[in-house]
Amino acid sequence: MMICPPHLREVNSIPRVMRLVCVALAPGIAVYTALIGPAILVQICLSSVAALCFEALMLKMRALPVRRFLGDHSALVTAWLIALTFPPLSPWWLTVTGVFFAIVVAKHLYGGLGQNPFNPAMIAFAVCIIAFPALMSQWPAQGLTLPFERQLEIVFGFVPRIDALTAATPLDAIKTALKTNALHTGNIQELLMSQNLYGTFAGRGWEWVTMTYLCGGAFLLAMGVITWHTPFAFVTSMAAIAALCWLIDPNRFSDPLFHLFSGGAMLGAFFIATDPVSGCSTPRGRLIFGCGAGILAYLIRVFGVFPDGIAFSVLIMNICAPLIDRYTQPTIFGRRGTESDTR
Amino acid sequence: MLRPLFSFPGGIKPDSHKDDSSRTPIAPAPLPERLTLPLRQSAGVMPLPTVRVGDRVKKGQVIASADKWVSASLHAPTSGKVADIGKYPMAHPSGLPALAIVIESDGLDEWRERQPLDWQRLAPQAVRQYLQQSGVVGLGGALFPSHVKLDTETRIEELIINGAECEPYITCDDRLMRERAAEIVSGVALLRDFTGARQTLIAIENNKPEAIRAMRGAISEHGENFAVVTLPTRYPAGSLRQLVYTLTGKRAPSNVLPTAMGVQCFNVATAHSIWRAIVLGEPVVRRVVTVSGNVRAPGNWDAPIGMSMTALLELSGTFPDTDGLIAGGPMMGLPLPLATGAPLTKDSNCLIARSPRLFPPRPPESPCIRCTACAQVCPQGLQPFELYWWSRARNFEKAADYALAECIECGCCAYVCPASIPLVHYFRFAKGELAAAAREQKMADSARFRFEFRQFRIEREKAEKAEKLARAAAAQAAKQKSAAAVEAPAASGEPAPMASLKSHDQPCAPNPEPR
Repeated sequence: MMICPPHLREVNSIPRVMRLVCVALAPGIAVYTALIGPAILVQICLSSVAALCFEALMLKMRALPVRRFLGDHSALVTAWLIALTFPPLSPWWLTVTGVFFAIVVAKHLYGGLGQNPFNPAMIAFAVCIIAFPALMSQWPAQGLTLPFERQLEIVFGFVPRIDALTAATPLDAIKTALKTNALHTGNIQELLMSQNLYGTFAGRGWEWVTMTYLCGGAFLLAMGVITWHTPFAFVTSMAAIAALCWLIDPNRFSDPLFHLFSGGAMLGAFFIATDPVSGCSTPRGRLIFGCGAGILAYLIRVFGVFPDGIAFSVLIMNICAPLIDRYTQPTIFGRRGTESDTR
Repeated sequence: MLRPLFSFPGGIKPDSHKDDSSRTPIAPAPLPERLTLPLRQSAGVMPLPTVRVGDRVKKGQVIASADKWVSASLHAPTSGKVADIGKYPMAHPSGLPALAIVIESDGLDEWRERQPLDWQRLAPQAVRQYLQQSGVVGLGGALFPSHVKLDTETRIEELIINGAECEPYITCDDRLMRERAAEIVSGVALLRDFTGARQTLIAIENNKPEAIRAMRGAISEHGENFAVVTLPTRYPAGSLRQLVYTLTGKRAPSNVLPTAMGVQCFNVATAHSIWRAIVLGEPVVRRVVTVSGNVRAPGNWDAPIGMSMTALLELSGTFPDTDGLIAGGPMMGLPLPLATGAPLTKDSNCLIARSPRLFPPRPPESPCIRCTACAQVCPQGLQPFELYWWSRARNFEKAADYALAECIECGCCAYVCPASIPLVHYFRFAKGELAAAAREQKMADSARFRFEFRQFRIEREKAEKAEKLARAAAAQAAKQKSAAAVEAPAASGEPAPMASLKSHDQPCAPNPEPR
C-alpha cells in the first residue's frame, strides 16, 4: 500500500485496549474469588477457552487471518464479562451456550469485530435468562463456602444441583418484598438485615466486589480507554431515580447507595455500557445512553421480573444508539452551534 | 502581557524531536551545479517562462512571470545558463512530473541589480505588484501569494505572525527567529503598515523559549508594540483556523477565510522574505530547510530553491539504513523515495530521512471499534470514524454530510487510531472522488446547457426564417396590391430583428467559463 501521512503513530493497539480492560477487571475478580471461591476462576477459564474456540472457528469460516484477529483479545473481554455476569455455579453448558450466542451470533453473524449492534456479553445473558431462567437465578447462598472439588463437581454436573446451595440475592429479596407487600412492618433495610444480606452499605460481600469494579473503571478512565460520559450518566441517573423512589417511600425502596453497589451496576456502568462498538459515540450521545441505561436498569431490577436489569437496559439502549448519535453530532469547529450538521 | 487564549478542540502531543536539529545555527548550503525550478511554486495560476533555453540569467532575475493576480513570479536562484525547460519530477502527491526551468550554475552567483523599494512613496497597489514580482508567497506551506493577502476589502484588526511551528522535527522557523529576529520584526512592521492592523500578535509555541526571547528582544529594540504570545505546545496549534481561534476567539469555517473576519496571518519566514524583498531588493530565491531524522548531523540549511532534495539530505549525512525521505513534517509530509529527483521548492520547510527504526511501518489495518479516540483529538471537532465509515463504503455524499470538507488532514486521527487505520488516506480518497464527481456534474451541466441552447437557437432561427418568409410574402402581396397605387414608404415601424435577437440572447448566454 502507498505510504500516507502521518508517518508517526502513538503506541496503541486494539490488543492493548482489550488487555487494559482485562487488567481493570482483575481486582474485581480477585475479590469475587475471595467471596465465592475458585469457581469463578473456573468459569472464566471455561468461557475464555470456549470464546477463543468459537472465535477461531468463525474467523476460519469467514476466511479471515485467524492468528491476527484472535490476538486482538476482544473475544477474551466478552468471555470474562459473561463469566462475571453469570451465576458462578452455573453448569458448564450454560456458560458455553452463552458464549456461543455472544461470539457466533451476536458478534460474527453481524459482521465481526466493530460491526455488532448489540453488546455480545449482554446478548449471552439475555438469551440464557430467557431460556434458562431458573439456572440463571441460582446465586450461591450468602456465606456458602464449598471446597474447590465440590464447586467443580457442581459446575461440570457430576452431582445433582441442590437448590439449598443457592439463595436470594439482595436484589431478589427487595423485589420479592415489594411484590408481596411483605413490608407492612419495618423497612427494606431491616428485612435484608434479618436475612443476613446487608453488609456495610449494600449487599453483604457483593458490595466489595462492586467497589473493586468501580476502582477498575477509574483505572480505565485514567488510561483513556473509556470516557467519563457513559459511566457518569449511568451512575448519576441510577442514583437519581433510586433517590426519588427512596424519598417517596423509604420503607419500600432501598437507598441509592445500595443500588449502585448491588448486582451489576458498577460492572454495567464502567465495563458494559462503555462498549464502544454497540454504544453511542458522541459525547452528548454517551450521556443520554448512560442515563437511559441507568434508569432502565433500575426500573427493570426493581419492578421487572428479572433479578437484575443491566443486560436488558443496555440492549435497549443499544437499539437506540444509532438514532441518538445521529441527533447529537457535536458542533464542527468553525461552525455555529445552532447549525445542525447531520441529515 | 498576558492575554486570554481560546482552546481549540482536540490536538495531540507527539514527541517533538526538535532538539535534534535546533541546536546548531543555520548553515548556508553549497551552491549546486544544477537547479531545477518547477514553475508551480505558488497557489493560483502558474507563471509563464520569460527565458529561453540557452539564455544567460543573473541571480534574482525573473525567469517566469506572474500570469494572473493570484500568481507570483519565479527567479533564478543563482547566475548561469538556462539548460532546459521541460517536465521534471516534483514533490507532489500525484508523483507526476511538472514543467520546470533548469539552470546550470556558472559558479559566480552574480546578482542582478538590487534596489530597496521606497514603498512609502508608492501607491499600495504598486507595492503589491512589487511583492508579486518578487515571488513572495506563504512559506509556511500554503504558498499563497502574499500580495493577494494584502489586497483586502475588510479592515484588518489583528495581524497574526505564525511562529508556532507545531509539527515535530521542524525547526526552520525556530532557528530563523533565534538568528534573524530583527529582520523578521522589520518585516512584521512592514506587514503591519501594509495591512493597517490595529494589533499585531506573534504566536510561538512554548517549546521555543530562545525564539521567544529573541523576538521579544528584537521587538523592544525596534520600539514596536507587537505582542509575542506563548502558545501551549499542542499539534496542530499552528494550523491557520486553530491559531486564529486561539488568539482571537474567531472561528472561521472552511469556506470563509479568516481575512473576512478581520484577521490576517503570515508565517515568520514570509515576514522575513518580505523584509528581504523590500529592504534588500532580493526576491525569494532561498529558504531555510530543516534536515532531520536518520542523519548524522541534523540541522538547518539556508538552501537555494531548486536544489535536489536528495543532495541536501546527503549534506547532513544519511545513515545507511535510510529507506526514504519525507518532504515536510512527519504528520503531513509527503513520502518520497530517497533517490527522488524532486527539487526544493518554496514550501520545502523540512526534509526527514526515514528509517524503519524512526518510522516503523504501520501495522495492518484492523476493524474500527468506534473507540472515538480520533474524534477526541480532531482539532476540527469532526467524527473521523464516521467519515471513515462512509468513505470506506464509497458513500461519499454521506461523508460530505459529516463535513468531510472541514477536514484539514492534520493526521491527528490516524496518529492515535488503535486500529492503525490510515484515516487521512481514506479522507483524501473520498475528497478526490467528490471533487471528480463535482467536476463531472459541472461538465454534464454545461453540456446540457449547450445542448439546450443549441435547440433554442435552432428553434429561434427557424422562427426567424419563417417570420422573414412571411414578411417577404406579405411585402410581395402588398407590392402587388399597391402596384398600381403610389409606393408607400418601406415599413418604418418594423422592429429591428437584431434587437429582438439580443433580448432573447441575454438570459441564455453560454457560460464563458473555460471548461
